[in-house]
Amino acid sequence: MSEVSSVLIETRNLTRILPLEVPVTLVEDVSLSIDAGQFVSITGPSGSGKSSLLYLLGLLDQPSEGQVFIDGQDVTKLSSQDLCRIRLKKLGFVFQFHFLLSEFTILENVRVPMRKLAKWPEKEQIERAEKILEDLGMEDHLHKHPFQLSGGQRQRVAVARAVANEPLVVLADEPTGNLDTKNSDIVRDIFRDLVRTHRTTVVMVTHDLELAAQTDRRVHLVDGRVVS
Amino acid sequence: MSTRNLLFDIAMTHLYGRARQTLTSIIGVALGVGFFIAMAAMMEGFQGFFTQKIIDVSPHIVMEDEFRERPRQPVSWFFGYEGTAISLQGIKPKEEIRGIKNAERIINTLSQMPGLHISPTLEGQIFYRYGSTDVSSSLKGIEPRKEKKITKLENDIIAGQLDDLLTHSYGVILGSGLSDDLNAKVGDTLTGISVAGIIKKMKVVGIFHTGITELDKNVSYSLLKDVQVLQNRANVINGIRFALDDPDMAEEVSRQIEGQFQYKSVSWQEANEGILSVFVIQDTIRYATTGAILLVACFGIFNIISTVINEKARDIAILKSMGFTEGDIQWIFIFQGVLIGVVGMILGWALGYGLSVALGSIRIKMEAIITTEHLYIVYDVMHYFWGGVACMFAATVAAWLPARKAALLRPVDIVRGASG
Ligand SMILES: Nc1ncnc2c1ncn2[C@@H]1O[C@H](COP(=O)(O)OP(=O)(O)O)[C@@H](O)[C@H]1O
Ligand SMILES: [Mg+2]
Repeated sequence: MSEVSSVLIETRNLTRILPLEVPVTLVEDVSLSIDAGQFVSITGPSGSGKSSLLYLLGLLDQPSEGQVFIDGQDVTKLSSQDLCRIRLKKLGFVFQFHFLLSEFTILENVRVPMRKLAKWPEKEQIERAEKILEDLGMEDHLHKHPFQLSGGQRQRVAVARAVANEPLVVLADEPTGNLDTKNSDIVRDIFRDLVRTHRTTVVMVTHDLELAAQTDRRVHLVDGRVVS
Repeated sequence: MSTRNLLFDIAMTHLYGRARQTLTSIIGVALGVGFFIAMAAMMEGFQGFFTQKIIDVSPHIVMEDEFRERPRQPVSWFFGYEGTAISLQGIKPKEEIRGIKNAERIINTLSQMPGLHISPTLEGQIFYRYGSTDVSSSLKGIEPRKEKKITKLENDIIAGQLDDLLTHSYGVILGSGLSDDLNAKVGDTLTGISVAGIIKKMKVVGIFHTGITELDKNVSYSLLKDVQVLQNRANVINGIRFALDDPDMAEEVSRQIEGQFQYKSVSWQEANEGILSVFVIQDTIRYATTGAILLVACFGIFNIISTVINEKARDIAILKSMGFTEGDIQWIFIFQGVLIGVVGMILGWALGYGLSVALGSIRIKMEAIITTEHLYIVYDVMHYFWGGVACMFAATVAAWLPARKAALLRPVDIVRGASG
C-alpha cells in the first residue's frame, strides 16, 4: 500500500456475516482507510456493528468477505500464529471492561505484554512500565492490585497496558463507557496525547457524540454500513 | 524463556487462588500413587515370598510314575488305530506295580544335562501315631546328599539336622505343622504305619518350617531306603525330583523330559497353577483399585482446571487479544495439571514408602496359604517408577482436556459478553 505511504489501516469491502440458521450481518461492505497518527472515532446506534468492526480491525475476528490491510500487509489470509504476532507487536486493545489480571499488581499487569514480546530486558521493562504509569498519573499505585483502584484508575492501567509495546494502533471499544465525565475526560486526554506525542493511531468506538466530536475523524455506522 | 516465566507466574496465581482445591487434588493423586506402591509392596511381597519358597523347598520338576494319557486298549495296538468296531469290554485295569521303570537309565541319561540336578524319591502315605494322636502325612524318601542339591530344605530345619537321618535308623523329619498336630518334638519316637501295612518305630530327628502351610502340615522326610522298606517296595522309586539352575526354565525342561520318557513330569508352575492364577486375579484387583483411585484424582484435576478456566475466561480472552497463542494458553493449564501431578507423585512416593514400612512392622499371626507372623514387603523402585508414570499420564490427560478448550476460546465471545 505504497500509493499513500501514511495509510496504516485499510479495509476493502469488509463484510462479516454470522453463519447462523438465520445469518446475521454484523458488518457490511466497509471500505475505510485510516492514516497513521489519526484519532478516529466510530459512532453509531447500539447494535450498529461498531464493536464487530473493531474486532475485525484488531484481527480478533475474521471477515466473511473483503480484506484488512495493516501497515501495508494483507492480514486476511495469515495463520493464527502470525495474527498473534501482529497483535502483540502492532496493536493494543482497551475495552469497556478493564480485563486486568486481578492477582497481578498494576506494574505487573502493564508488564505482561512486554514479557510476552521479550524485546526489552527485565530491568528496562520495569522502568518503561513505571514511566508509562507515571505519565498517566498512576505513580502512587504501582504495587497495588486492581481491586484497590477506582474504575477510572483501572481503565488508565488498561490503557497503559495497551501501549506497553509501543503499538502502531490502539483500538478502544467504548473505553469511557463505564466512567464518569471527569474520568472520561482524562482517558480522552490520554488518547489525544498518544496521538500527538507518539503519532500512535487511535480508533475508538463510542456512543458519546460530544467525545466523538473532539476526534480527528468520525466514522458513523448504521446497520453495519458506514454512512458518513 | 521470558514467556515461560510469565506463563508460569499466571499458572501459579490460578493455583494459589484455589489453594484448598489444589491441595485436595494433590492429596487425591498422592493417595492413588501411595496405595499403588503399598499394595504392590505387600502383594508382590507375598507373591514373591510364596514363589521363592516354592522354588526353594520343592523340586522344580517332579517326574511321577504315571502317564497323562490312559494306556491304549490292546485292540488298538493290534490294528494300529483307535475307534475300531472291535472293542474288548471288561478289561480290568491291570494292578500294575507302580513305580518308574528304568529309573537308573533315566537318571543316567539326564545327568548329562547341564544345569539339572537329580534326586530319586519314593513317596507314600503314612500314619503317625504319638500318644493318642493319629496324623496322616506324605512321607518322602530322600537321600540327604542329593536332597541338598535339589531343595533348600536344610535351611528350613528349625530343630535337629538333615544329616541326622543318616545316623538314625527310621529317623524322620517332620513339618512344623505336623509336629504341632502330633505334639512331638525332636527325640520323640513315633509309630509309623504305612499303607503297605508295615509298622515301625520312627524317631523324630528334625523339624522343618517353610512357611507354606500345606507343606508344613503334610510333609515328612525319611531316608529313601527306609521308606522303601516301609512301603514294602525294595529298590523302587516312584518319583524323580529335579532342580534347575534357572527355575524359569522348568516348564520347558519338564515338557522335554516328558517327551523323552513319557512319565508325567510336572513343573513347579504347573504344580502351583491354582495359586499362581489367584495371583493374576489379585494383580487385576490391585490394578483396578489403584486405577479407580487415580481416576478419582484425575476428576479432581479435571474439575479444578475446568473451574479455573471458567473463572478466568476474561483473563484468557485478554491474553489472547494481546497476542498470546493457543499454545501459550494451553501451557498455562497443562502446567497446572502437571504440577499437581508432580507434587502428588512425590507425596505419593513418600506415602507409599511410609505405608510399606508400617505394613512391614505390623505383627500378625496368620495361617492361611502361608504361615507367617508378619507381612512380606518388597521395596521395588519399579513400583515407584510405574506409579509415577501412571500418575503423570493421568494428570496430563486430565489437564489437557480442559486446557484444549481454553486454548480454542475466542476472545470476541468473551469481550462481547463483558462489554455489552
Ligand atoms: N453471536 C451473535 N449472535 C447473534 N447476533 C449477534 C451476535 N453477535 C452480535 N450480534 C448482533 O450483531 C449486531 C452488531 O453487534 P455489535 O457489533 O456488538 O454492535 P455495537 O457494538 O454497535 O453495539 C447487534 O445487533 C448484535 O445483537
Ligand atoms: Mg459494542
